[in-house]
Amino acid sequence: MEFWSVVTSIIPSAIAYTIPILMGALGGLYSERSGVTNLCIEGLMLFGVFSSAATIVKLQSIPGFSFTLAIVIGILVAMIASMLLSVLHAFAAINLKANQVISGTAINMLSTAVTLFLAQTITGSGNITIVRGIVRQNIPVLSKIPVIGPLLFTSTYWTTWVCLLLWGASWFLLYKTSFGLRLRACGEHPSAVASAGVNVHKMRYIGVLASGLLSGIGGACILVTYAGEYNAGSGINGLGFLAIAALIFGQWKPLGILGSTFFFGLCMTIANMGKVFPIFQSIPTGYLGMFPYVATLIALIFSSRKSAAPLASGEPF
Amino acid sequence: MSKRAGNKPLEARKASPLLVSLSAVFLGIVAGCIFILCIGKNPFAGFERILFGALSNTRRIGNTLGMSTQLILIGLSVAFAFKTGLFNIGASGQMLIGGITGSILAFYLPMSMPRPVYLFIVIVAAMATGAFWGFLSGLLKARFNVHEVVSTIMLNWIAYWIVYDFIPRFIIDPTISVKSKPIETAHTLRADWITDITSFSTLNYGFFLAIIMCIVVWFILQKTTLGFNLKAVGSNRFCAEYAGIKVNRSIMISMAIAGALASLAGLTYYCGYSNIMEMGKMPNEGYDGIAVALLGNCSPIGIFFSAIFFGILKMGRGSLAATGIPTEIADTIIATIIYFTATNVILASFWNKIFRSGFSKKEGAAIAAMKQKGIAKPIEQLSREEFRTLAKEGKTLVNKDKKEGR
Repeated sequence: MEFWSVVTSIIPSAIAYTIPILMGALGGLYSERSGVTNLCIEGLMLFGVFSSAATIVKLQSIPGFSFTLAIVIGILVAMIASMLLSVLHAFAAINLKANQVISGTAINMLSTAVTLFLAQTITGSGNITIVRGIVRQNIPVLSKIPVIGPLLFTSTYWTTWVCLLLWGASWFLLYKTSFGLRLRACGEHPSAVASAGVNVHKMRYIGVLASGLLSGIGGACILVTYAGEYNAGSGINGLGFLAIAALIFGQWKPLGILGSTFFFGLCMTIANMGKVFPIFQSIPTGYLGMFPYVATLIALIFSSRKSAAPLASGEPF
Repeated sequence: MSKRAGNKPLEARKASPLLVSLSAVFLGIVAGCIFILCIGKNPFAGFERILFGALSNTRRIGNTLGMSTQLILIGLSVAFAFKTGLFNIGASGQMLIGGITGSILAFYLPMSMPRPVYLFIVIVAAMATGAFWGFLSGLLKARFNVHEVVSTIMLNWIAYWIVYDFIPRFIIDPTISVKSKPIETAHTLRADWITDITSFSTLNYGFFLAIIMCIVVWFILQKTTLGFNLKAVGSNRFCAEYAGIKVNRSIMISMAIAGALASLAGLTYYCGYSNIMEMGKMPNEGYDGIAVALLGNCSPIGIFFSAIFFGILKMGRGSLAATGIPTEIADTIIATIIYFTATNVILASFWNKIFRSGFSKKEGAAIAAMKQKGIAKPIEQLSREEFRTLAKEGKTLVNKDKKEGR
């Protein structure tokens, strides 16, 4: 079963690539549902990668400090740092009624520049490499289940399960609680929500800050799972924009973005690991590299026409 | 009354775009100072080094202008799309496309070809491929409603991988296998007489191309029907459609022109400013161009000066090494400036408030003066000159009152 062995080696990696994009897209979901266009997912995720890398490197260099605890603290720091950065976007978009696309782009550039600036100050070279990321583990009983066991429950990172839990909690929060209804209504018809006595600005702040927090986790996940370093040169290769594309492809729905991010995760896996598998070996690296981006464009062509975007997304209130 | 007709109504000054841009620059530099202070270095020494590195001799000035060349062209590209209500952040990819077109032609066109013919072919070819690359995102936006920000970013990465594939395929330097072979000087945009007067700087014909393009873009936007249509689509899409302007076609044309301009920037960058292309390198200039366009308020003359300003920041930072300040401070300042130009509402309202309070003070003084002189005319009917003299006279009156009151 040549094919089966390829599938069992691709799927766990695809899940690993999916999770950061899922977190970014979920962050975008909060923000856009509350009515603020958020194009700075890329910058927020990059800030997450950097801040967790800096923290983890500092902590792991302390002798005797638990590696796992260092990673947990690193993820928490990334959450807070990205959330603080997203305050800038929230302030510009909500209070100052600035052009949200430009403000988002400014945050992206600011994040790239500031992280590079700080990384150079810290390490001198601009790259921060952590000693050890999360070790992949098989889930005890579940990995023995035929078919889905080897696909879903072997060599997984614990962050994957935390992030999926966050995804489920977000679905519940947004669709099953009155808070979620209000937040979503702010993105569709803010004046109606305001007339019902809800503070639209507060709701939108919550939306943007949630996107910062989740993107921070996403960035930290990139670092502690497959990347292992903050790379000054390549940053995160447009993963944040893939997350936005996944949000559009998933039609601004939690289940939709789970599916679309998995699709992009699969594409990323094929692009990055393609050379390992004999069936892809004849394809030049360049074509494999551009595959996820071409796939994204094609996916967008099919999904953008009947766009289910929140009506008031991008409009100041 | 006839005297009043030609005058503007008497009211407080409004903050001009220039003032807002300068305030954003000021705040950006302040933020830069704070960052430098945070890492315990002297900001004044830092800025002195930047100015030294960018402007201290003719070669450095030439290099700064050489760097500004790309920024002018990309600024024009971003601004042109912006006028049609589109946000082109795909300039990096369009640059790569222009660069690879120029580099491949530089190798495969015969050296015996007359220089003007060669330059013409390369410039037209680079603009054509770039226009196609920009047109793609315009097409996706117009036909399939794909947001241009997302599609241009995807096209950036596709261009990145195309270059990654094309360099080894066509123009690899066998000794350094990640770079293209250096282009012969006769096939770049460099000219001997420019290199001579600027003592071997990177300044090239591209700078003049950029100036020509400033004029062309100004002409298209201000003097042609096409420009009017594009601007109409930018200010209100639905209104333009109702007026009979073909919105979808305008979007595609605008993105194609923006792509051509950015691609030309790529040509000047890879076949003039430098003479090689590297594999796996996304040019940062595409993003800096956004800052240039926004700071220049999307007007060609504003773009020209803001590009020179950013050119100084980007070239001057090379001399920062001696002070121990990371060179990324320049990018930090640029990013901060964009943030403040995006939030220009707050800057404009700050200045407007100052102007208004100054104006109301003058108004009070003028009324006091009119009372004393017994002019029974509503203040709105005064001419600007009358108002000014009355305000001056009134000021002394008000001051006197204040002194006596005390």
